[in-house]
Amino acid sequence: MNIQVTINGASRTWSIEPHELLLDTLRRYGYLSVKKGCDSGSCGVCTVLINDKPVNSCSIFAAKVDGSNIVTVEGVQAEAEKIGAYMVDEGVDQCGFCSPGFVLTVLGLQKELKNPTEDDILHYLSGNLCRCTGYVGQARAIHKYLKESK
Amino acid sequence: MKKDLKQVNSSIPKIDGMGLVKGKPAYTQDLIPSNILIVKTLKSPHAFAKVLNVNYEEALKVEGIEAIFSWKDVPQTIITRAGQGFPEPSPYDRYILNEYVRHVGDEVAIVAGETEEAVEEALKLIKVDYEVLEAVLDLETAVGHSSIIHPEKEAFSMFPIGFDANKNIAAAYEMHVGDVDDVIAKSEVKVEGTYFTQAQAQVPLEPHNCFTYVDFHGRLNVITSTQTPVHIRRIMGRALSMPLKKIRVFKPRVGGGFGGKQMLHGELFCAMVTLKTGKAAKMIYTRKEVFESTCCRHAMRFNLRVASDKEGYIKAIDMDVLSDTGAYGEHALTVLMVAGSKTLPLYNKVEAVRFNGVVCYTNHTPAGAYRGYGALQANFALESLLDELAEKLGISTVELHKKNMISEGESSPIFKIMGEGSEGVDMNVESCKLDYCLDRSIELIGWENKYPRKEIAPNKVRGVGLAIAMQGSGIAHIDMGSAILKLNDDGFFNLLMGATDIGTGSDTILAQVAAEAIGISASDIVVYSSDTDLTPFDTGAYASSTTYVTGNAVRKAGLNMRKLLIETVAKKFKVTPEEVTFENGVFTTEKESITLKEFSTRLYYNEGLDQKQLVASDSYVGEQSPPPFMVGVAEVEVDTETGFFTILDYAAVVDCGTTLNPNLAKIQVEGGLMQGIGMAVYEDVVYTSSGRMLTNNLMTYKIPTREDVKKLTVEFADSYDPSGPYGAKSVGEIGIDTPPAAIANAIYNAVGVRIKTLPITPEKVLMALKLKEK
Repeated sequence: MNIQVTINGASRTWSIEPHELLLDTLRRYGYLSVKKGCDSGSCGVCTVLINDKPVNSCSIFAAKVDGSNIVTVEGVQAEAEKIGAYMVDEGVDQCGFCSPGFVLTVLGLQKELKNPTEDDILHYLSGNLCRCTGYVGQARAIHKYLKESK
Repeated sequence: MKKDLKQVNSSIPKIDGMGLVKGKPAYTQDLIPSNILIVKTLKSPHAFAKVLNVNYEEALKVEGIEAIFSWKDVPQTIITRAGQGFPEPSPYDRYILNEYVRHVGDEVAIVAGETEEAVEEALKLIKVDYEVLEAVLDLETAVGHSSIIHPEKEAFSMFPIGFDANKNIAAAYEMHVGDVDDVIAKSEVKVEGTYFTQAQAQVPLEPHNCFTYVDFHGRLNVITSTQTPVHIRRIMGRALSMPLKKIRVFKPRVGGGFGGKQMLHGELFCAMVTLKTGKAAKMIYTRKEVFESTCCRHAMRFNLRVASDKEGYIKAIDMDVLSDTGAYGEHALTVLMVAGSKTLPLYNKVEAVRFNGVVCYTNHTPAGAYRGYGALQANFALESLLDELAEKLGISTVELHKKNMISEGESSPIFKIMGEGSEGVDMNVESCKLDYCLDRSIELIGWENKYPRKEIAPNKVRGVGLAIAMQGSGIAHIDMGSAILKLNDDGFFNLLMGATDIGTGSDTILAQVAAEAIGISASDIVVYSSDTDLTPFDTGAYASSTTYVTGNAVRKAGLNMRKLLIETVAKKFKVTPEEVTFENGVFTTEKESITLKEFSTRLYYNEGLDQKQLVASDSYVGEQSPPPFMVGVAEVEVDTETGFFTILDYAAVVDCGTTLNPNLAKIQVEGGLMQGIGMAVYEDVVYTSSGRMLTNNLMTYKIPTREDVKKLTVEFADSYDPSGPYGAKSVGEIGIDTPPAAIANAIYNAVGVRIKTLPITPEKVLMALKLKEK
């Protein structure tokens, strides 16, 4: 079957299997920033933005996003570089496997939450697991980023 | 010494960081070519069974299926998949596939096909007849059990490791100094306890994956997410009876390893398909497969006795260990030995010390390498019991530690007796700032006002607790690293290393070391690592070796390059090398000067018969393994009505010598602490009574999230190890060691219950509180 999506600003028709998960479709079409980590919607490395909201692409059928606006890190390179600058400055870009999904959730947070508290930020980002950093360095980076990008 | 450093001890950004944040294709999965066979394996549903027959006739008929193999179709060469140096200290007890399956998730058959759907369909159609055998699922009854997990007569060990398959013993070890029983009997104060540490899963966010193809030279190429490329090549050569020259192993970026990618996993299955079909093949593990079919931490039981005099000087330590290696004996002996060798030397003034351990086979998922292995488990037992000793003595744990812990310039007989799989190496501890680490970490947590407890509400009590730890820096006399530096025109260098960056930033810090040695900027070094065809030998990323072992090799290669550059310039200007200085990218003699950029370009294009390639290399084997040290202090708040507790703060002060890149070192420690906290309070590999893993996904196996941590405070002691590259020791593992004991001690100080079985859950705390009330 075919679906029509806007992916990173471009209009595309994708041929998909009815049972195909969005994560697999995205990787098949070359959006390799979207990672496969846990198969159960638990780790967040497959996060993409669907109509501005962060979603685990492993937990949604591709058929479901027909007509949607999808953003992967390939489509927000400038924003990723900006957030990334704060991350590399703290050394929290470790293995990097969770980074693209994390960056997209941060962008979702900025859109969705105005003046978030520290707890709001942690809660919003909590679906993006990281096994390398211990999280507190990521928190340092993101607080700085959010403060300075106001 | 440190103040002169320009490139190291500086927090430059990780060289691959921005590319990875921006999602550039970099990991094994991102590099897989299209039109490649998909490989999956059929797994055993039984914890222990003999495979009587595998019928895959129907499965082969599925459209798109290319090949199916059972144990009868693959070479029956016995191997160990541990991924260690050679000869390995792990028993040879594994085959690519075997007629016995020894845990739920053990592989029975390999299926390769053109589509996921075809392979899944074929897996369902394979009919296997099993003779189900009695499984051994209890650590404490495994030794001497009537069910023998490795009945195959081919199993053996390369040298004596205590391997005794008929008793389900994978390895055993015993050592003692002095007469422990006698010293304990005569001592004034005695404590003892039994402690259990659970199996913990490594959970790198990138699942294990690889792909293989035969290139136009007829060579097998293995692209894999691994920590040990050269060991992969060697073990595959043995398993497949191939000369090593026919195999190339390349490691792309790795999405975390933590020890879980030291062993071989999918590589042999994929290679079997490629070699038999001639076609490229890929294997990507599901999370369930990562949990059930790779490896985890060795679960352990400790029987521990400690004795001291009335003043609190420790006289004897007696540590008895029983370890669960699961279905295969990978890392059985080494993890066991590290339990002693990375804890006992902390208390080097004892009169007698004994270590005795047995590692048994069970029908659990095999245990393997995992950050802090052995040390973490023993640390929980020893540092918990020392807390009890302090209480019994009526002194603070701080005083007890200060009286007994090892100091700079001292040694321990354990260093010589216990290595990692073999005898160790005698050494004096040239750098040890434990005193500072202890003072500073309790200052950071505010110990003076908080120890032992503070009631902040009728049912809320806060407490603080601490633990100290040590690790090593590579395996002395065994681990070898090397580096090649190549000068290019335009004045930049390639740094070629076998060292295996698994997300730790080792490529970055080693570029800093090379730059420091040559006298250039790290930005002029292009790193290429972990390709067995192009990069020199390195044992790989394990045993906290890269910073120290490869770091020293890189430093030596860098100094060689600097010498070579100066000699070549001297020859060009017809002066002696002593008359040439090299600073800020410029060579200067009394009369002339030339930039590195211009010199290198001329050297390759414009020097006539003097044109030549400049290459420098060197290697390093640790003469010793200088331990990094740390102190970790936890503050917890316990709800006495529910047993629920929160870790409010965790302060850690680390002595890892010079921090080559302070930011990256800090994140190594913070990340280690969080995995240690996971081990302490959240994570647990749980099986059903029939041996099926219940915690085989991230919904049932809980690793910490960012909401689980309130505060981590990490600092470093000002320290310099003379044997390290620019004073550095390792930092990769040490961070994980202290949380279980420090948190257990903090909970005890808060509410008076001691949890001796990890993980420490609110249920266990509440249960203990109820029992205490009775």
